[in-house]
Amino acid sequence: MELLTGTTLDQANAIVARYPEGRERSAVMPLLYLVQSIEGMVSRQGLREVAELLGLTTAEVEAVATFYSMYRLRPTGEHLVNVCTNLSCMLRGANHVYRAAVEAAEIPPGQEVSPDGAVSVHEEECLGVCEFAPAVQVDFAGHDRVTPERARALIARLRAGEVPEPSRGPRVDGFRHASRILAGLEQVDA
Amino acid sequence: MSATFEPRLTRNWDDPEVVSLEGYEAKQGYAGLRAALAMSDAEIVETVKASGLRGRGGAGFPTGMKWGFVPRDTGKPTYVVVNFDESEPGTCNNRQLVEREPHRLLEGAVISALAIGCETAFIYVRGEYLWQGTILQRAVDEAYAGGHLGSDVLGSGKRVDVVLHRGAGAYICGEETALLNSLEGFRGQPRLRPPFPAVEGLYASPTVINNPETLMNVPDILAFGGDWFRSVGPEKSPGTKMFTVSGKVERPGNYEVPMGTPFRVLLEDLAGGVLDGRALKAWTPGGSSTPMLTAEHIDVALDYESIAAAGSLLGTGAVMVMDETDCVVEAAERMVRFYAHESCGKCTPCREGTWWATRVLERIEAGHGRDDDLPLMTEMGRNIMFKAFCALADGAASVINSSLKHFADEYEAHVREGRCPMGAAHGALGVAV
Repeated sequence: MELLTGTTLDQANAIVARYPEGRERSAVMPLLYLVQSIEGMVSRQGLREVAELLGLTTAEVEAVATFYSMYRLRPTGEHLVNVCTNLSCMLRGANHVYRAAVEAAEIPPGQEVSPDGAVSVHEEECLGVCEFAPAVQVDFAGHDRVTPERARALIARLRAGEVPEPSRGPRVDGFRHASRILAGLEQVDA
Repeated sequence: MSATFEPRLTRNWDDPEVVSLEGYEAKQGYAGLRAALAMSDAEIVETVKASGLRGRGGAGFPTGMKWGFVPRDTGKPTYVVVNFDESEPGTCNNRQLVEREPHRLLEGAVISALAIGCETAFIYVRGEYLWQGTILQRAVDEAYAGGHLGSDVLGSGKRVDVVLHRGAGAYICGEETALLNSLEGFRGQPRLRPPFPAVEGLYASPTVINNPETLMNVPDILAFGGDWFRSVGPEKSPGTKMFTVSGKVERPGNYEVPMGTPFRVLLEDLAGGVLDGRALKAWTPGGSSTPMLTAEHIDVALDYESIAAAGSLLGTGAVMVMDETDCVVEAAERMVRFYAHESCGKCTPCREGTWWATRVLERIEAGHGRDDDLPLMTEMGRNIMFKAFCALADGAASVINSSLKHFADEYEAHVREGRCPMGAAHGALGVAV
């Protein structure tokens, strides 16, 4: 075990203990968030260690990790920018917001991460904030009614090392921090 | 109609303190749980049955009846699972209900646990709802500290634990058997039914799965009784319903109205009408998987029966509004692409059908439609509808079928003119064929 040692191993065991005895496999999803919070993505090593902890094969854990879009199995920016382009947001101009975000991040065609490694930009399905369309999440913190201009400004600030204040909810300091919160290991307040 | 009714689920929304246990109890929170603790489990089930409460997640199944199906003599534990994986496009009313009053959800979940003799309830929280998950966790921590959860719920000697489980970005996990697989640590793919979850659900044990809005109606039903609940809304769909109104309206948002409220009231009085005074073109009553309706249906009553009679479904109460300048083909392409992305891949008609239908819609919208594309779409809709394991594929087919039914002339114009006659108002990202 390289990732799950000392404190992180204790955290992993606490995650497993949330579920009933004999049902440890239920912990696979929060454990994937835990290893993702350590490396900024889910690596082969992360898959192996989650498998070893739960007595599963690496393939079984990989099958789960690849099913869900919030686990990143490829290198990901320090910040993950999700732009909803589903219908409610599209009707309010989301396609232009997405295009502006990709351009501002200078992401080359076919790639996902800005050249400086600061941001990944993804076109997302409905994020469940339809009343504030077009909706953008930065590290799963919500930014409401985003225009192309605001999207460019958001990306510029992230690339300058700042964390913009979300429209609602708590500040999230990057994709790793978001993953730690999603693993249920940290409480944050708005 | 809406002028005289008293809000129920949203009545405390002007008080930001109700997010806390103290603030919630100051508004008579947990009175329903206290009432339930004075009843037998069978009496709780009977009270909810008498209220006529139906599941708000889309299917509209009677809640008390669902609880009554849970066998108690299997020797296995029973489980309550809250389906807070709200992901239907256009839907965010559960999100706001939980943001405002997380304890109302916990209270409803504990009452349902008492009704079926469950000691461990799970709340499956949509992964993207990072903040709402932390609000719920804070509420769970408060409820344990206050004795509302744990080994001795409010001194009753009964145990109810609540465990939060975060999803990770998969629409299909809103399908209840896929959710159970996800919660057990597997890929979120639906299970064959029967056995139904009431008999073999989580960990092959009897399980009740409810939507947050459904459970958040339960505390008041216990506190005020089934007759009180039935005093609003039609006979077969009593109570109020949360609607999310989004898209081309002046005031997008979440609104609570009595079941049976005419769509016109929701659109014009509450959401401020169509944006910039334009004409209504198309709308969905319950998210993208419910067949779209048109301006002709503006006086439809918003309840299960009336919407079904109009040819659609109440679904999640997610009203997405399109105006006269919006292109139905572009919208259909976007919605079907969603299903192609979210198909779990288990069934061929869904996995392949949604992918190919997206390709055909893309080319029609891009001006490369072929003369036989309309019959092709009709055939695809027929070959997808009811041909797969779960309802995800039916959602995609509903988009295809309803858009063809109401807007065939617009499809034909795309093919005939070799371009989008609406001028591709939203600048589709789709790659030209």
